[in-house]
Amino acid sequence: METALSLVVGCLFAVALYLLLSKHIIRMLLGVVLLGNAVNILIFTAGRITSVAPPLIPGDASVPLTDVANPLPQALVLTAIVISFSFFAFLLVLAYRAYQDLGTDDTDQMRVAEPENDGPPPLGY
Amino acid sequence: MKTEAMVEAALAPSDYLVVAPVVVCLVFGAILLMIRKRIDWHPFLAIPGFFLVLAADVLLLLKVAAEGPQTMMMGGWKAPFGIAFTVDMLGALFVTASGFVAFAAAIYASVSISRTERRYGFFPFLFLMMAGVSGAFLTGDVFNLYVWFEVLLIGSFGLLILGSEHEQLDGATKYCFLNLVATTLFLITTGYLYGLFGTLNMADIAEKAGGFENDGALLTIVVLFLVAFSAKAAAFPLNFWLPASYHTPRFVVSALFAGLLTKVGVYALIRIVLMLFPPQHAELAPLIAWVAALTMLVGAFGALAQSDLRRLLNYFVVAGIGTIFAGLALVGGEGTPGAASLASAAAAATPDVVASAAAPLLPAAGNLVVGLSGAVFYALHSIVVMTALYLAAGTAARIAGSSSLRDMGGLWRGKPALAALMLVFLFAVSGLPPFSGFWPKVVLVRGAFQAGLPWLGAVILFTGFLMTVASARIFALAFWRNAPEPAVAGVPGGSFDPQGEASPALSMAPLLILAAFVVAAGVMPQWLVTLTDIAARGVVDPAAYLGSVFGGAS
Repeated sequence: METALSLVVGCLFAVALYLLLSKHIIRMLLGVVLLGNAVNILIFTAGRITSVAPPLIPGDASVPLTDVANPLPQALVLTAIVISFSFFAFLLVLAYRAYQDLGTDDTDQMRVAEPENDGPPPLGY
Repeated sequence: MKTEAMVEAALAPSDYLVVAPVVVCLVFGAILLMIRKRIDWHPFLAIPGFFLVLAADVLLLLKVAAEGPQTMMMGGWKAPFGIAFTVDMLGALFVTASGFVAFAAAIYASVSISRTERRYGFFPFLFLMMAGVSGAFLTGDVFNLYVWFEVLLIGSFGLLILGSEHEQLDGATKYCFLNLVATTLFLITTGYLYGLFGTLNMADIAEKAGGFENDGALLTIVVLFLVAFSAKAAAFPLNFWLPASYHTPRFVVSALFAGLLTKVGVYALIRIVLMLFPPQHAELAPLIAWVAALTMLVGAFGALAQSDLRRLLNYFVVAGIGTIFAGLALVGGEGTPGAASLASAAAAATPDVVASAAAPLLPAAGNLVVGLSGAVFYALHSIVVMTALYLAAGTAARIAGSSSLRDMGGLWRGKPALAALMLVFLFAVSGLPPFSGFWPKVVLVRGAFQAGLPWLGAVILFTGFLMTVASARIFALAFWRNAPEPAVAGVPGGSFDPQGEASPALSMAPLLILAAFVVAAGVMPQWLVTLTDIAARGVVDPAAYLGSVFGGAS
């Protein structure tokens, strides 16, 4: 199971990186989504896929009675999902505003903050 | 059975100091959000709020200095099960410096940020970002560190686009994507780390890391951490997002970003790579040395090429990061006792220096302690000075009506006090005595020569020379010369707020506060060297840190 999931993670990373290398923000956004999901599966896999029993401990015991699933990666993944979702929502709005205001989604043409051929600073006075 | 996993003893009120900086930030951020319609009240709540944060930071620093590292376990779970907040001298110094500049910046913002921008939530975002910064400096858990990174990143996004100008949207797009990829890389590495160790508590990892001495997987993880934190710290070749974005927001926002956000990356690098994985760090030290040298040169040459004051300062930030990285590369050159050289460096001017609580160290670790102590000192200096430079540049640009060096001028005649403060900060950032940038560079250059890396020491000195030239250009063009002939006043370069012009006197107060530190650390460096020395020893030999997590918490 871990091997199969590792392959899935590898494929997702490859696709995400390919999309992130694009000049166009809309493709980079898709890359960010895939990257976030790849990381989630990665953490899940790194925690080992052990058992399907939920990690519940009876009230009169101090350790689980049977093999249980590892709850920690699930907590980590849940946190990471929330964060990556909110980031993606922000990036989506930011990209749309940038497209509206700058008239392009090509990062090569977004040179407002760093104008080309700015010229040298004054060399004397 | 509960006693096995839970901390039973009740916490003394002073134990809550460990989380106080974060809690105060979050509480004030929430309160300001609730009264978002009464924007006139915001500064009157925010300034006392940041003063409280600073007070908590200072008390925490004093407590750590007196009693050693402090730990608080979230939810009362014992380590390594609960999330630990552990603060040692390194974290306490960084969090105090960040509280100090945030307090100064809040005063500056109360006069420079317009009502509209307050309505869009400037102060709540500021508190949120400071909560993230403080949390990152205080936490003792790797995943929790990632969460604080994201908290400060969200806060910084909000501050960065405040105003929604074209320039800002452009800069923010690049900043957001590259920082998101960097933090995602951090998360990926955290996943691998958990897969290898089965724990995310830093102290637990530090104890277990010895069992993976020659493990290729561990080296991979450390390299990934190095890449992720270098991108956050804007080290070459991952520095390009910084000059693309830091000049676009409001000056006070630029000031806090330049002072704090890159230093969080540096702190995380010290905490995770240097403290948890010393053998792997020693293996990577030559790489860090090269990165440091190239970062310094890129920053210094980049600064020389700029015609805009703020974009020039962006490159000063990068050069400063390179200098800090140089201190992290000083391993090797065995056999030089660390404390003696460090004390003698400070004693050159002040013979009454007292060596810090000196425990005997392994000789090989001596150079690393020297380098680390210098790097921490330089980072603290850089936090204060970069914030001060951007704030002073903001005041100067507001008076001159532009931040382009082509249009500025005549400020020496018009505003001599501002010009004098700017000169102090420019001297400090170039590393000239008698200001705070001088001593850490002395320590770092000496350390580099002792560690057998004379070329790195030479690069530090050459960078200092180039930054002096760039600083002289700022002062000569913007302050010394008369205002250029075609008066360009009233042609704002985008981010000038006419409201703030009403009270330039109040905007001088934070500059004076920051200058007080710059002068104090320059004239009397030994108190700070003593503290950074303790911090460096705590990282190289984290026994006290581990003891605090596993022993002192219960």
